[in-house]
Amino acid sequence: MMVPLDPAGKLSSQRRIAEGDTVVVYERHDAMRAVAVRAGGVLQNRFGVFRHDDWVGRPFGSKVHSSAGGGGGGGKKGGGKAGGFVHLLAPTPELWTLVLSHRTQILYIADISLVVAYLELVPGCVVLESGTGSGSLTTSLARAVAPHGRVHTFDFHEQRATSAREDFERNGLSSLITVNVRDIQGEGFPEEHRGAADAVFLDLPQPWLAIPSVSLMLKQDGVLCSFSPCIEQVQRACDAMRSCFTDIRTFEILLRTYEVRDGSLNSGTANEEAVVGPRPQKRKKFTPSGENSGCTEKTSSVLVRPCSTAKGHTGYLTFARLRV
Amino acid sequence: MDPPPPSPSPAIPREAWEGCSVLLDINDGDRLAFFRLTPAAYLLTVKIGNKTCSLQPLVGRPFGSLFRVGADGLVPCTAADASSLRDDSTRDGDDGQVQDETRDNRSLVDNNTAQNLSSDDIEAMKRDGATGDEIVEALIANSSTFGKKTVFSQEKYKLKKQKKYAPKVLLRRPTARSICETYFKKSPARTGFMRVDTLSLLLSMANIGPYSDALVVDMVGGLVVGAVAERLGGTGYVCSTYLGKKPSSIDIIRMYNLSGDMASRIAQAPLNDLCSLQNSGNTPSVLNGSSQGEVTKPIAVSTEDTQLSLAQQGDTVVSDEKQQLSAEQPVDMEVSEPPLEEEHPVQDETSSLDNKGNDDGSIASRSLKAGKTPSPEKMKYWKEHGFSSLIVAAPGNEVESLVADLLPLLSDSAPFAIYHQYLQPLATCMHSLQVSKMAIGLQISEPWLREYQVLPSRTHPHMQMNAFGGYILSGIKIHNTDAVVANK
Repeated sequence: MMVPLDPAGKLSSQRRIAEGDTVVVYERHDAMRAVAVRAGGVLQNRFGVFRHDDWVGRPFGSKVHSSAGGGGGGGKKGGGKAGGFVHLLAPTPELWTLVLSHRTQILYIADISLVVAYLELVPGCVVLESGTGSGSLTTSLARAVAPHGRVHTFDFHEQRATSAREDFERNGLSSLITVNVRDIQGEGFPEEHRGAADAVFLDLPQPWLAIPSVSLMLKQDGVLCSFSPCIEQVQRACDAMRSCFTDIRTFEILLRTYEVRDGSLNSGTANEEAVVGPRPQKRKKFTPSGENSGCTEKTSSVLVRPCSTAKGHTGYLTFARLRV
Repeated sequence: MDPPPPSPSPAIPREAWEGCSVLLDINDGDRLAFFRLTPAAYLLTVKIGNKTCSLQPLVGRPFGSLFRVGADGLVPCTAADASSLRDDSTRDGDDGQVQDETRDNRSLVDNNTAQNLSSDDIEAMKRDGATGDEIVEALIANSSTFGKKTVFSQEKYKLKKQKKYAPKVLLRRPTARSICETYFKKSPARTGFMRVDTLSLLLSMANIGPYSDALVVDMVGGLVVGAVAERLGGTGYVCSTYLGKKPSSIDIIRMYNLSGDMASRIAQAPLNDLCSLQNSGNTPSVLNGSSQGEVTKPIAVSTEDTQLSLAQQGDTVVSDEKQQLSAEQPVDMEVSEPPLEEEHPVQDETSSLDNKGNDDGSIASRSLKAGKTPSPEKMKYWKEHGFSSLIVAAPGNEVESLVADLLPLLSDSAPFAIYHQYLQPLATCMHSLQVSKMAIGLQISEPWLREYQVLPSRTHPHMQMNAFGGYILSGIKIHNTDAVVANK
C-alpha cells in the first residue's frame, strides 16, 4: 500500500506481492513505471517479456527475470546473466511522483518535501489544496496526515479531477483524499471548511484571488503555501497576504545531483605517463581487495563531480502564517 | 499488531499549556530561546533589553501571539499595537502602484548629528512612563534627516528603533521546522549543520509515514529522531541506534512537545545488539538482562551525562541544556530546561498517564518515557520484518562500513537516506553499494535553498545566504542475489 492505513499495510520482509498490488517496475534509475499486478498480466519492455504470475508471492524488492529473451536485452533464455531483469519495488509517494502520468506540470521531491515540512503537517491534520493537477503533491500530503487526517483537493478541470480521483483510488488513498471540481479563484474554498484547515496549499495562476478565502479557512497560526513560477505572481500574492498573514517568507529550492565513477586520472609527472590507480573497470565486477592489478596501496579511485544537467527553476514557494 | 490510535484531539495544539516547550522569537529572529513552561512558570524569566520578565503570561496564550514589554512584564499585543507594525510596509499608492520615489541619499551625511534627543532625554521619557512606541515617535519627530529619507529608508529606520525601544516577543510553537531553523541559525554545530530543507528531504526520501518502522542513526542531538516521531504521530516505531555502548544525546526531542503516544514510540538500542540479532538468530541473553533494569530509563538524567556525551561528540558549542534561566548565553540562543529530577517531584504515575494518551496535563514527564530499550519481542519483530526506513545523520562519521552494517537490517525495497557534511565519504559509499548491489536508485543530492525578500519595488534574494546544507545519499535497499558480498 502506498500509504499504510494500518500496520498490515506497511512494508516488511514478510509481505508478498499479491494480485491487485501496484508495483513500481525499476528498469534503470531513469526508467521506472507503475504496474498493477493481475493474473495473466504481461509486461513487455526493452529487457524482455515479464509475466505477472512470476511476481506473485515474491517479496517487494525482488529481482525478476524475463521469461523470454527481449529485443535489446540479450537473447538468452532463462535466468542467466545475459537475460533481462527488472526490480519490483513497493510504491511510495516519491516513486509515484517519478512514474505518474503527467496531465499537468508536477511538483518534484525537493519542493514537495519543503512544503510538507514548512506546512508543519503531522498525522491528523486537515489540509486544503488547489489545484490538484496530476496529484503528485497530493499523494505526499496524504502520507503526511495519515491515518486520520484529510486532504481536500480542488481542481477546476473536471477531467483531470476524475483522473486524479482514479489514481488515488488505485493507490488506496481514497479514504484520505477527497477530490472536488471547483474554481477556487472564482469561488473560494467551500464554507464547510471554514476554520477547519491546519494548512492550505495553492498552485494557481492568480493565487491572490484566493487569499481572502484562505484566511477564512485556516485555523489560527495555520500555514499557507503558495507556489508560483513567476516573480510577478509572487509579488501580487504577497501583497494580498499582508493584511491577514504574518511571517511571509519566499524560497526557491533546487537539488544539485552528483555523479560517481570508478576511474583514474592521468599522472601529472613530467617523465612518466604512468596511470595512477587501478584501470577503469566495469561497475558490475567486484574485485576483492588485493587483486587490483599492479597496485599495492588501497587508494580510492572513486571520482565524484556534480552532474552537468540540472533543473534551473520550478517555482517560488511562499509560506505565511495566519495572524492570531 | 497495534490498533491505530483513536482519532485524537486536534492534531496540532494551538495554545501554550502548562508544561509545554515553547520557542520565543524576540525581535523577528534576532534572539531565539527555548523554554519549558513548568508549573512554576512564574519563576521562569526572560531578559528583554534591561528588563526581566516572567513567562507566566504565556501560559494559555495562542501560539503565534505577540507580546510587548509593559511596565509589569510581558503583555499581549492588542490589535492596535500590531497594526502599527504593519502599516508601513503596506503603504502604497491608491491604485496599488507604488509612487515613484523622488528622494535619494545624496545630501545625507552620517555624522551623528541628526538626532536631537539625547540618551538622557530618552531615559527621562522612560521614567515618565512613555511607552516604547511613544519613544520611537519622538525619535522620528526629532530627527532632522528623517523627512529627507526615501520611504523605504524611513521604514527601515522605524523598525530599527522599534526593535530597540519597543521589542516584541513572538510565542512560537516548536516543530521540526522551527527547531531545525533555530539550531541552524544559532547553534548549528549542535545539529551537524543540518538545514531545514535537508531535514525535510531526509524525511521524504526515507518515506517516513504512519506505521513506519524507522531505523535512525542520530548524532545531531535528536533533531532527526524528534522529526521522525512527529511524522509517525503515535504509530509505528523509531529505533534510534548508536555505535558503542553509550547512546549519543538525543535531548532535542524534548523540544518537540511529543505526546505520550509519540514519545513511547522512540526506542534506543546499540547497533551491536541489532546486528547480533541478525547474525545469531537469537535474542542475546545480555539484552534480556539489561532491558529489565532500563525500561524506564530517561534519556538524560543529569547535566553531567549531557556534558559527557556532548564532549564525546566533539561538539564545541556551549552546552545549552544547563539550567540557566535568564542569563544570556555566549551563543545567541538559550535552552531553558530545568533538570529532569526537579521537574516533577513525583514521577510515579507516568505509566498511567501514558494510557490516557491525551495532552492535558504535564507533557514534560512523558518525554522521559522516550528512548527506552526495546523489548525482546520488539527486537524479534524487527529481525523478522526488517525496518521499513533508514535515516543516517552521523556527519562526523565514516559511512561506508556503517551503512554496510545497517542495510541488512532493512526489509527489501526499503528506502534510505544518509546525511553527511562531506562528499567523498558518500561517493565511496555509493560506489561500494553499486558494486555490492545492495541498493538501487542511488543518488547523491545537495539541496540549494535561497530566500527572497518580496516587498513592493524591493524584491530580490536576501543579501545573506547560507551556501551549504549538507549532502544526502539516497537509495532503495534490494535483495542481493548474485553478486559476491564481502564479509566485514
